[in-house]
Amino acid sequence: MSAVLDRPVQAPQRTRHPRRWRGWLLPTWSWLVIGWLCLPIFVMILFGFNNTQGKFNIKWQGFTLQWYRQLFTIPDLTNALEASLSIAVIVTVIATILGTLLGMALGRYKFRGIGSVNLLLFANIAAPEVVLGASLLSLFLTVGIPRGYWTIVIAQVMFSIAYVAVTVRARMAALDPALEEAARDLGANGVATFFRVTLPLLMPGVMAGALLTFALSIDDYIITSFNAGQTVTFPLWVYGASRNGVPPQVNVMGTLIFGFGVLLAVAGAAINRRRQA
Amino acid sequence: MTRRRLRGRLTPYWLALPGWLWLLIFFVIPTLVMLSLSTQSGSIETGFRQTFDVANYSQTWSQFHVQFIRSIVYGLIATVLCLTIGYPVAYWIAFRGGARKSSLLFLILLPFFVSFVIRTQSWNFILADNGLLLTPLKSGHLVPQDFHILATSTAVVGGLAYNFLPFMILPVYVALERIDPALLEASADLYASRTAAFLRVVFPLSLPGVFAGVLLTFVPAASDYVNASILGGAKTTMIGNIIQTEYFTNLEYNKAAALSFILMAALLIGVFAYARALGTEDVFEVAAG
Repeated sequence: MSAVLDRPVQAPQRTRHPRRWRGWLLPTWSWLVIGWLCLPIFVMILFGFNNTQGKFNIKWQGFTLQWYRQLFTIPDLTNALEASLSIAVIVTVIATILGTLLGMALGRYKFRGIGSVNLLLFANIAAPEVVLGASLLSLFLTVGIPRGYWTIVIAQVMFSIAYVAVTVRARMAALDPALEEAARDLGANGVATFFRVTLPLLMPGVMAGALLTFALSIDDYIITSFNAGQTVTFPLWVYGASRNGVPPQVNVMGTLIFGFGVLLAVAGAAINRRRQA
Repeated sequence: MTRRRLRGRLTPYWLALPGWLWLLIFFVIPTLVMLSLSTQSGSIETGFRQTFDVANYSQTWSQFHVQFIRSIVYGLIATVLCLTIGYPVAYWIAFRGGARKSSLLFLILLPFFVSFVIRTQSWNFILADNGLLLTPLKSGHLVPQDFHILATSTAVVGGLAYNFLPFMILPVYVALERIDPALLEASADLYASRTAAFLRVVFPLSLPGVFAGVLLTFVPAASDYVNASILGGAKTTMIGNIIQTEYFTNLEYNKAAALSFILMAALLIGVFAYARALGTEDVFEVAAG
């Protein structure tokens, strides 16, 4: 600190020139980075409209809507998308319930072993995906459980619980226990207090955890591929197709999922803003 | 009364039990099983027997240390790239974002609405030998006709940096956003130049975010194999590719388990040492957003 104080007083004009230069450099850089982040999305959307002839959808050959009309003409791809969606729903339900309960315990109570549970969540989030997938596969191989639809569900719940628990824990820790005491004083029993006071107050955290789980589930490649057996999910199908050329239907499905996700996020943000206003 | 108090005291255990059990059975125990598998000998035909043999470790290390070190190096380069590319963006949004802050953050998160595999595949289209980037460059004779980007380490590291950049920007943004603007005014009042104010006030206060970002970027980047297999070639194979091949193509489960364990031990020990040095809660909190 003293080094700063010892400095001679600077004339204010000195900073004018660099400030002008800094004025446009930072936004330009940021917009370039945002452009870079969005470039592959743009390419994906654009090539869903490409009138491609060959196997490789890589050169622009004119605008068409035919892939939107023929969206479900590749049965394997359609099955993969259906599997992904149904797995995501099941995983979201299980992981949200288990994660919410765990987050409530961690956010409200002090109990023996709380440190080790926090450590467990940290390790689960920090562990590399390959290792999570490989170790679960090692268990299934050793015990002799055939891999398939339900082992994918087990694997995805395993990596989602921690994310839900962390978001709910933060919400629970910020929640005033006096509200629940007030409900009890007014004669509500434990169950009524939970469903009519605690849960509604936790809802933003629970919803955030659920949405995150759904997104993680539908997107996961690495852990899923280790435990999928013969079951193929959407990312697995796309990965498998990448060697022989990805058909434009994949771009269309990607575009639709993207559009739906963005719509949901924007609607959620709008509702939040209105509620706060 | 005592029964009720006892029930009250047991509540957190009941709440935590189902999730804890799931993690115990499908996360902790599998790790131990993998450890045991990594010290077994035999093959898929003869069956695996527990021999507490550490030969799998020394064998796989001498066979694959090149890919292992390559993964660490790629992960480090990608992390440094993410930090240098992402820090100014996080800074700009936190201090100059104004009313547009959440919209700008949303743009940073936009890639997450597209599947990881499709995003990487999209880069494959863009960077391909006759793809969107190189075709015009080659027809304009700006690069030699045999110039290629795919199957080089540049493509793989670029893909890694691209895919994990938001994991760097977000925690850095959270840390910067928490800085009280009054501190900057105070440093200006004390005649600190803008550079000095940044180096001595802003940057030190953003360090928890930087540490969380480094963690969230380095671990997935070093252990990734999707970028290496979609954008890379034979010379850019990473340790994740090897583990995957050992499990599914060579069916050498014990060696694959040993490799996974080396990777996990290296990364987790690093992570915990790192978190310990900085305080777990801090890193964890910022990581959780």
